[in-house]
Amino acid sequence: MDFHWLSNFYSELVKGAGLTLQLLLISGFFGFVMAVGVALGRLSKNRFLAEGLRFYTSVLRGTPLLVQIYVLYYGVGSVFATFPLIRGSLFWPYLREGFWYVAFALTLSVSAYVGEVLRGGLRAVPRGELEAARAYGMRPWLVLRRVWMPRALQMLRPTLAGESVMLLKATALASTVAVTDLLGAANLVRAQTLRVYEPLLVVAVIYIILAIVIEQGFARIGKTPQRQA
Amino acid sequence: MTLSDISRLFLADGWLQALAQGMVRTLGISLGAFVLGLALGLIVAMVKLKGPRWMVVCANCYTTLYRAVPELLLILLLYYAGADLINLTLAAFGQPSVEINGFIAAIVVLGIVQGAYSGEIIRGAIESIPHGQIEAAKAYGINRGLLVRRVILPSMLPFAIAGLSNLWLVLVKESALISVVGYSELLTAGRQAAASTKHYLLFYLAVGAFYYLITLVSSSVFRQVEVRFERWMPRHA
Amino acid sequence: MKKTLLVTLQALLLAGIANTTFAADKLVFGIALEPYPPFSFKSGKGEWSGFEPEMITAVCARMQADCTLNEMSWDGLIPALKSQQVDVVLNSLSITPERQQVIDFTQPYFFTRALWIGDRGLELDPTPDGLKGKIIGVQGSTTHAAFVKKYYGASSVRYYNDQDDILADLRSGRIDIMLADQLVVEPLLDNPDNSMLASKGVAPMDPLFGDGVGAGVRKGNDALRERLNVALKSLRDDGSYEKIRQRYFKTDISAL
Repeated sequence: MDFHWLSNFYSELVKGAGLTLQLLLISGFFGFVMAVGVALGRLSKNRFLAEGLRFYTSVLRGTPLLVQIYVLYYGVGSVFATFPLIRGSLFWPYLREGFWYVAFALTLSVSAYVGEVLRGGLRAVPRGELEAARAYGMRPWLVLRRVWMPRALQMLRPTLAGESVMLLKATALASTVAVTDLLGAANLVRAQTLRVYEPLLVVAVIYIILAIVIEQGFARIGKTPQRQA
Repeated sequence: MTLSDISRLFLADGWLQALAQGMVRTLGISLGAFVLGLALGLIVAMVKLKGPRWMVVCANCYTTLYRAVPELLLILLLYYAGADLINLTLAAFGQPSVEINGFIAAIVVLGIVQGAYSGEIIRGAIESIPHGQIEAAKAYGINRGLLVRRVILPSMLPFAIAGLSNLWLVLVKESALISVVGYSELLTAGRQAAASTKHYLLFYLAVGAFYYLITLVSSSVFRQVEVRFERWMPRHA
Repeated sequence: MKKTLLVTLQALLLAGIANTTFAADKLVFGIALEPYPPFSFKSGKGEWSGFEPEMITAVCARMQADCTLNEMSWDGLIPALKSQQVDVVLNSLSITPERQQVIDFTQPYFFTRALWIGDRGLELDPTPDGLKGKIIGVQGSTTHAAFVKKYYGASSVRYYNDQDDILADLRSGRIDIMLADQLVVEPLLDNPDNSMLASKGVAPMDPLFGDGVGAGVRKGNDALRERLNVALKSLRDDGSYEKIRQRYFKTDISAL
C-alpha cells in the first residue's frame, strides 16, 4: 500500500470534497423545502393535488437516481443542439455544468423521499396538540410553523439523519457526468497514478468521516422530546 | 418525433428487444444479489445477536462501512479488489487464475452491499419475535440448528417482509450502477441505444419506464405476500 | 519396480509438457466496452469489429493460440492485466513511461497524434494561453487527459468515461474544445451530423503522449511479449498488417 501520491493529489481530494459538500447542502436545503410542500400537498383535501403528488413521489422513488441524472443531463442536454438560442441565455453557464443537473436531480429526489418521510411524521403528531393550538385561535400557517412541523421533525430526527447520509452517498453519482466530486477526484488520481485501491480507500474513509459528522450533527440539534404525562 | 418514428425505432430497429433483454439481465442480477444478500444478512444478524465479541466488532464494521460509503465506490472497490483477492488466494494454492464471469461478479458485488442492510432488517425482525416462543422451544431441549431452522426463521419472516420488500426495490435500482463498471444490463442497453440513435431523451425515459414497471409489479407482489404473512404475525393480548 | 517408476516419470513429464503448452495457448485479451471506432467497436449484432479485433485475430492465428476477448470499462484494463484477469491488452494503449512502470509493452503497432476539435465558428487557439478559462473535454485515463492536466491548468477540464459523451457535449456546446486521438475523431468530421465542428490543430509531440501504441502485458511476462512481437513482425513482413490497415485507414499509421 503506497500513499506517497497523497502529497501531490491532496488538493484534488480537497476540491472534490468541497464539491460533494456543496451538492449535499444545496440539494439538502432546497430538497427539504420542496419536501415540506410535497408532504403537505399529499395530506391536503384536494384530490387532484394529492394524487398528482402521489404519482410524482412514486416515479421518483421507483426509478434509479442514475437514470434520472442521465435523463436530465443527456436527454435534456441533447435538446440544446437543436435550439442554439439557449446558448446566449442567462441560464447557459448553469446548463453547461453537470454539477447543476445533479443538484437538480438530487433536489427532486430528496423532495420525494423526504416528502414521504415527512408525510408519515406529520400524520403521527398527536391530534390533540393540533386541536389545542387551533383552540387558541392560531391560524393554520402558525399551527404548522409552531406546533405541527416542529413536533414531526422531533420524531423524525433519526430518520432524517439517515436520509442525509443517503444523500451524501447519492452525491457520488455526480462522478458519472464528468463532475469532479470526491469520487471523481479518486478516479482522477487513479488514472494519473495507475494505483487501483489506495485512492478509493482514502476516499471511502473520507465519506465515512463525513457520515459520522452528519449523524453527530443531527444528534446534537433539537431538544429531547417531552415525556407523556 | 412522431408516434410512427418511435414505433419504428423500437420495433423495426430492434431496440425494444435489446431493452427487454437488458431488463431480464437486471432482474437476474438483482435476484442473485438479493438471495446472496439475505444469506449474508442472516449470518450478520446471528453474529450480532449471539456471536463472540470479535465477530460482533467485525459485523459492526461491515455494516457501518456499507451504510456510510457510496455504493458506486463500493462497487468499484469490490470489482477490482474482488478479482485480485480471488486470484491471490488461487495463486497461494498454486492454481492458475480464473476469469471471473461478469454476471457472477455483479451478483457478488451487489450481494455483499445488500448483506449489510438486510442484516439490520433481519436482526430487528428476530428481536421482535416474542421471547416466549424461543424459551418454549429451548425448554423442549431442541438444539441450536433446529431452533434456527424451525422457530427463528419462520417467525421472523412476517416482521422482516416489509423491510425486505423495500430492500428489493433498492437493489433493483442499485443494479443500474453496475453499468458504470461495464456490465451489460438494462441501463447499459439504454445507453447503447441512445448513443447509436442519438435519441437520448427518448431512450433514457424508456429505461426509466422499464424500471418503474419493475417497481410497480414488485410492489404489488410484495403487498400480496405481506397480506398473506399478516396471518402469521402474533396478535398481542 | 525401477521400470514402472521410469515409465510413470516419463508419462508425468509428457503430461506436464502437454499441459503447459496447452495452458500457454489460451490467451485472454482485454477490450474496452466504450466504442472507439475505427479501432474497436461492437457491431449491431454484438460482434466486435474494428482494426484491433482484426489484429487480435491475426496475431492469435500467427501464435497458434486460442484467444478470447474479455470486455470491461476502459480504466479497468490495466488493473485487470495486473490482477491476471486478462493476459494482453491490445486496445489503443499508448506506450508511456508512467504505464511502463506498471506493465510491459510490445513493439508499437501503430502511431497516432492528438487532435483538437472545436466549434467551427469559434476562434480557438489550442495553446495554454489561448484556452484560458475555456472548458476542455478529454477521456479519463488517457494520454490526452494527462497532457491537458499538466499544461492547461488555467482552463477548466472535464474527464469523461466515454468518447461518445465528449462528442455529445461538444455538439451541444457544453464544452468548448476536446482533445482526442486524431485517427478516431478526424473521420467523425466527415459525418454531416458533425458539420458544426472543425479541427483546431494537432497537439505537439510530447513525452506524455507516449511513443506509439503497443500491446500491454504483465510486467516480467517476457515470454508472451516476445511471442507477440514475433507475431506482429510476421504480420508486417508478409503484408497482412497492410491489408488490415487499408480496410480502416487511408494513411499509413505504422510510423509518424
